[in-house]
Amino acid sequence: MARRTTYEHAGPTQVLMLPLGGAARSAWGAQMTSAWHSALAAAPQLMIAPLLLPLLTACVLLLLSERRHRLKGALGLAAAAANLGLAVLLLAWTLQGPEASAYGVYLPSNWQAPFGIVLVLDRLSALMLVLAGLVALMALLFAQARWHKAGAHFQVLFQLQIMGLNGAFLTGDLFNLFVFFEVMLAASYGLLLHGSGPARVRSGLHYIAINLAASSLFLLGAALIYGVTGTLNMAYLAARIPQVAAADRPLLHAGCAILAVAFLAKAAMWPLNFWLVPAYASASTPSSAVFALLTKVGVYVLLRLSTLLFSAGAGASAGFGNSWLVLGGMATLAFGTLGMLGAQRPARLAGFAVIVSSGTLMAMLGLARPELTAGALVYLPGSTLAVAAFFLLAELLDRSRDPDPAAMRAPEDEEDRLPFALAEQELHAQTNLDDDEQALVGRAIPASTAWLGVAFICCALLLAGLPPLSGFIGKLAMLAALLDTPDAAGTVPGLHWSLLGLIIVSGLCALVALSRVGMRFFWAPVGRGAPRLRVYEYAPIALLVAACVVLTVQAEAVVRFANATAMALHRPQAYIDAVLGARPVPTATHGDRPNPIAQPMLQGPR
Amino acid sequence: MEIVLALAIGTLGGCGVWLMLRPRTYQVIIGLSLLGYGVNLFIFSMGRLALDSEPVIAPGLPATLAQYTDPMPQALVLTAIVIGFAMTALFLVVLLAQRGFFGNDHVDGKEDDV
Repeated sequence: MARRTTYEHAGPTQVLMLPLGGAARSAWGAQMTSAWHSALAAAPQLMIAPLLLPLLTACVLLLLSERRHRLKGALGLAAAAANLGLAVLLLAWTLQGPEASAYGVYLPSNWQAPFGIVLVLDRLSALMLVLAGLVALMALLFAQARWHKAGAHFQVLFQLQIMGLNGAFLTGDLFNLFVFFEVMLAASYGLLLHGSGPARVRSGLHYIAINLAASSLFLLGAALIYGVTGTLNMAYLAARIPQVAAADRPLLHAGCAILAVAFLAKAAMWPLNFWLVPAYASASTPSSAVFALLTKVGVYVLLRLSTLLFSAGAGASAGFGNSWLVLGGMATLAFGTLGMLGAQRPARLAGFAVIVSSGTLMAMLGLARPELTAGALVYLPGSTLAVAAFFLLAELLDRSRDPDPAAMRAPEDEEDRLPFALAEQELHAQTNLDDDEQALVGRAIPASTAWLGVAFICCALLLAGLPPLSGFIGKLAMLAALLDTPDAAGTVPGLHWSLLGLIIVSGLCALVALSRVGMRFFWAPVGRGAPRLRVYEYAPIALLVAACVVLTVQAEAVVRFANATAMALHRPQAYIDAVLGARPVPTATHGDRPNPIAQPMLQGPR
Repeated sequence: MEIVLALAIGTLGGCGVWLMLRPRTYQVIIGLSLLGYGVNLFIFSMGRLALDSEPVIAPGLPATLAQYTDPMPQALVLTAIVIGFAMTALFLVVLLAQRGFFGNDHVDGKEDDV
């Protein structure tokens, strides 16, 4: 069974690695291939679909009564699956041809950028779309077991969450980024509170307050940038930043820094991340798996804006803020590592794993070298999928210790108590006896516990970055890149060495923390029944791990993809040209429109 | 006019931040609202302050921003106001739920030990 699911899963994911590599060869296959090709040709027109599909699905779901949860669940799953299919199609489109810089530009209002709003698709955003689609589908599948019935409008909120994520990855201007951030956050507030309970309400209050404050900073930053440059379109902004007057540059930098704080709070940089662990650990499980993506949105935006606005061609602004990103990322990594060592409950452990992953990425991106960015991009997919899988697994572990239905509610103890009263137990010489004094050695463990154990070991290997799974390849790519990028003098800078050491130590600490939790759950001599595993709940974890296995098997293709993406990111001129060169579809009144770039109107109010 | 606007934004922002750091949920929500007002005024001011400028394109006037008020910040503010309003309403609900669960209005759900 596990083998079959792995195989089934390999279909779409292989497309992720090799353009059209998985096309079938039979007559039916030829038909499918031609359908795939025509879909690929239409891909630039389908760029709006990842926004419209979840939005319309949410509207339909809102109209259905809460009692018809089976129908709602089926609709939600179908929409999430279609969303993943669309994301894979868009990714395959960006992989077409030899050119690393395939940009899809969509003008939703049919006005040329920077006048109208614009959606931009490149390899990075397509990769993020696929990741978000996959994790969302798996989380929704997990929710079918029972979480979707724990409160009202779960399916609607979930679709809006998908829409916000997709929009944040696709948008090409700062203000729409704000709008999609808010869509995403508003849905996440609802999902965090889903199921209610004191722990959720308390951490939800903190989460909402932090995010409202961060949104205010976002607006301040965007307004300052608009005041200086006269545009919010990212590509046009990148083109204008080298021309900003020297007197205005400090104001521009202040605006960018304020804007960055909003993203850093989202990406959980220390010391802006104290809200994260209580919120993610108390959220309903499918929501927390999707929340693992929200931090990646922050990382994505930081990568997108820092490479676009502060590239080498940005004149006096080149490389702005990168040292903050490196040092902050390293502090985050250290904080997350210590947190993992201290955490007792699996869900909190997963929360700190999110912080570790995000800190690693921020530090790597802050070093702003294409080779290092490529290493981070190899690490990103596997780490995201592993953390999401671990969030799902954490609930099954938590439940196995406590079959009481009350455990379905959020745990009341924010104190992060030991899962078992292990500390109070007297462990005498004959520990290997159970309550009835029967020897435990040689007794078969229940199958469900064994399956949980297998999933746990896979997640532990992925999170700690041990071979043979993709976590190891991601870490290896990063460490190799750190040693392969000497500075002008030909030596590897001390910063690279310290980051390298930090990543290795963090992996070791993660392993210690995870094995401790694993031993406590699987080996501790505490009497408990075998957990009940449902297919709906185990399949998503197995599929996420299988996706990581595919990433491992296809490592070469992943590395090639990451290299090409990183090179394109660090040479943003092609992106700028693609966005500003996109022309609207001719219409009856089209000829009356002014040419935006030539107009003095855009030279700003000054 | 610039001084008045700057003072207004500064006062709103200062009060907002101070209230946001207070331990009562009601103070926090008022603080967030005040901060939101300050931010909205700030966005508005980024379109530059002008008196008697045309709001909509008028015949005969050259189509440059020197002759018109900047429509972009106004559009942004409108969006920000709507989003801010919705978020405040949501926050209010969470605030009430918190009060229901813990029986007090402290942001952590329990009073500080004095």
